[in-house]
Amino acid sequence: MTILLLLAPIGLPLAAALLYAAAGWRPRTTAWAGVITTAVLAADAIGLAATVTRTGPVHTAGGLIRADALSAWMLLGVAAVALLACWASPAYLAAGRTTTRRARWYAILLHLFIAAMATAVLAGNLGILWIAVEATTIVTAFLVGHHRTRTALEAAWKYVVICSAAIAIAFLGLVLLYYAAQHAGLSGDEALDWAALTSHAHQLDPAVTRIAIGLAVLGFGAKAGLVPLHAWLPDAHSQAPAPISALMSGVLLPVALYAVLRVKAVADPALGAGYLRTLLTVLALATLALAAVLLIAQRDFKRMLAYSSMEHMGLLALAAAVGTRLAITALLLHMAGHGLAKTVAFLSSGHILHQHASSQIIDVRALATRMPMLAGLFGLAILALLGFPPAALFASELGIARAAADAGMSWATGAAFAFVVVAFAAITAHTGRMLLGPPTRTAAGATADGTPPAVFTNAAAMPLIAGLLGAVALGITLGPVAGLLRAAARTVGAP
Amino acid sequence: MTDTSYPLYLDLAAGLFLLTAVGVLWRHQLAAMIRLFALQGAALAAIVAILGIHQHSLELILVALGLGVLRAGILPYLARRALGGSPAEARETRPVINVAASLLAAAGLTLLAYAVTRPLVALAPSPATAILPAAVAVVLIGFFTLVTRRRALSQVVGFLLLDNGITATAFLAAAGVPLIVELGVSFDLLLVVLVLQVLTTRLRNSFGSNDLDELRELHD
Repeated sequence: MTILLLLAPIGLPLAAALLYAAAGWRPRTTAWAGVITTAVLAADAIGLAATVTRTGPVHTAGGLIRADALSAWMLLGVAAVALLACWASPAYLAAGRTTTRRARWYAILLHLFIAAMATAVLAGNLGILWIAVEATTIVTAFLVGHHRTRTALEAAWKYVVICSAAIAIAFLGLVLLYYAAQHAGLSGDEALDWAALTSHAHQLDPAVTRIAIGLAVLGFGAKAGLVPLHAWLPDAHSQAPAPISALMSGVLLPVALYAVLRVKAVADPALGAGYLRTLLTVLALATLALAAVLLIAQRDFKRMLAYSSMEHMGLLALAAAVGTRLAITALLLHMAGHGLAKTVAFLSSGHILHQHASSQIIDVRALATRMPMLAGLFGLAILALLGFPPAALFASELGIARAAADAGMSWATGAAFAFVVVAFAAITAHTGRMLLGPPTRTAAGATADGTPPAVFTNAAAMPLIAGLLGAVALGITLGPVAGLLRAAARTVGAP
Repeated sequence: MTDTSYPLYLDLAAGLFLLTAVGVLWRHQLAAMIRLFALQGAALAAIVAILGIHQHSLELILVALGLGVLRAGILPYLARRALGGSPAEARETRPVINVAASLLAAAGLTLLAYAVTRPLVALAPSPATAILPAAVAVVLIGFFTLVTRRRALSQVVGFLLLDNGITATAFLAAAGVPLIVELGVSFDLLLVVLVLQVLTTRLRNSFGSNDLDELRELHD
């Protein structure tokens, strides 16, 4: 039973990908198969979370696949966002008048993407984790280039080159860690297994481990959108189809950050907490500063959302730098809240893009009077992202600030939240310009070929509403997942 | 192979490995760069094979064969196919940093590699770890090529150099990572190159050129 729970998250999306490869994309039938498999995936994640909370870590395939509370929490996030993205995909593809051939490839790659992320969070071994993270780059390359425009292909190129190089650097870090582990007396099979690594961490050679951990954090950090190798993020997130942007921003970035957390759990006992705290604080502040500055003069609303993702990743990196249990709890809650809210923001931005045939903020005016439903959902998602209660991000940002202050990092916290305030002001101003103001006659109405855009129906609004409800529910009460969250924070957080 | 000649062969292969990376910085012609990359793949396979013979490990020798086929055969072939049949396009015309400066930078990066690998060599001194600096130098030169070249294909070659360097580091330091990881890595690498090849083809078909200098629609 446990084995099934562990393998189904990888098997289900693979089966869906096979189905699309065999049967193609049919708007009325197979289009909904992906929704069903991801719904089962979500149920599976809940089952796994319950098992792990009750019995502790479980594993299969000789320890290559392993789930503890942290993996289960991440899998819940992957499943929730994947469900919303698959649910929103048929409407997105129909509104974009996608050909059946492209829709089929889109569906195949989308489900392979979900399978790769599920593998990454269930990997029991840093090597498998690395392979899965690299696989996400490969399968999403063509999803980023889905629209085949010049900008989309350019974004895809940059994405593959920068992310592959960054992740290769992370691999160099893992190789050196393996080298250090072998000389600490671990056998070949154990030397990348983090349960074994963490328990032998104090025997690792500090000089080699320092180089190894630095490279691994920089490499995985690039995939999480942290400076210095962040340049792919705004391009890829703004050019990809909206459901893909939602998945990339809502769960792929957190999955990369999860890899950083796993590496950190090995590094701290080996090197002391100071080394990664310094490195991550520098990366976090630089990322926050860059995102805040570039948000001010942003003219494109999808890029605005992308930079907002960088801002949130900076905050998460700061929480990781603090590293106490309170900080990790807040980090994980923030990850989930941001994932859901950003998914809704990206999905609604996709609809806004279809309505206006433009992603420029200036082309969208007075959306609140023209399309109150869409404007409301977009606005609420932005409010949640800005950290207004009752969304989960309010509680988590408070938690991060408090944990950082408790750990004596008030200087860094002050700087970080100053950047957050700048980003807040910029996003509020841009969103206000999109939603409010008097309607102009030129705005809205026609797609590039002159036909009227598809109507934003209530059915298309359902996944967005569900996502918002999720983000709010997490902010009000953790309910049954509180125990899981505590256990997850215990696995990587310092007491 | 005797114990005295083993370090000799290893040094020779490592020398060729580093020299080909420098050669890539020196040559302008993309076809020549790919030839040098194939030669480097052969040098990498030789390093692994020498390690395998020395340790009497059949597994390592088989891995060396596989590496040779992939890095000296399949990857250069794919890169050449991405080049297409147009010799006029096949030059790195305006690198961000000119050749003389690039070669100086390569010398600097090699020195840097020696400096940063000192703790690695100190952990377990042996003929194999003694040439770790060469492998790390190739990693740095690969990264340098990646960021200073504008042509799509030179960037791919830079990425592949980076990867060769990392593979060499893995084998020299730890006689390779576990086989399942090594297989996954090789497969991922192959897929990355295939993806990049398709993207260059699409870029060229749609827009007539794959000079990344022309890729500047996206910026802030």
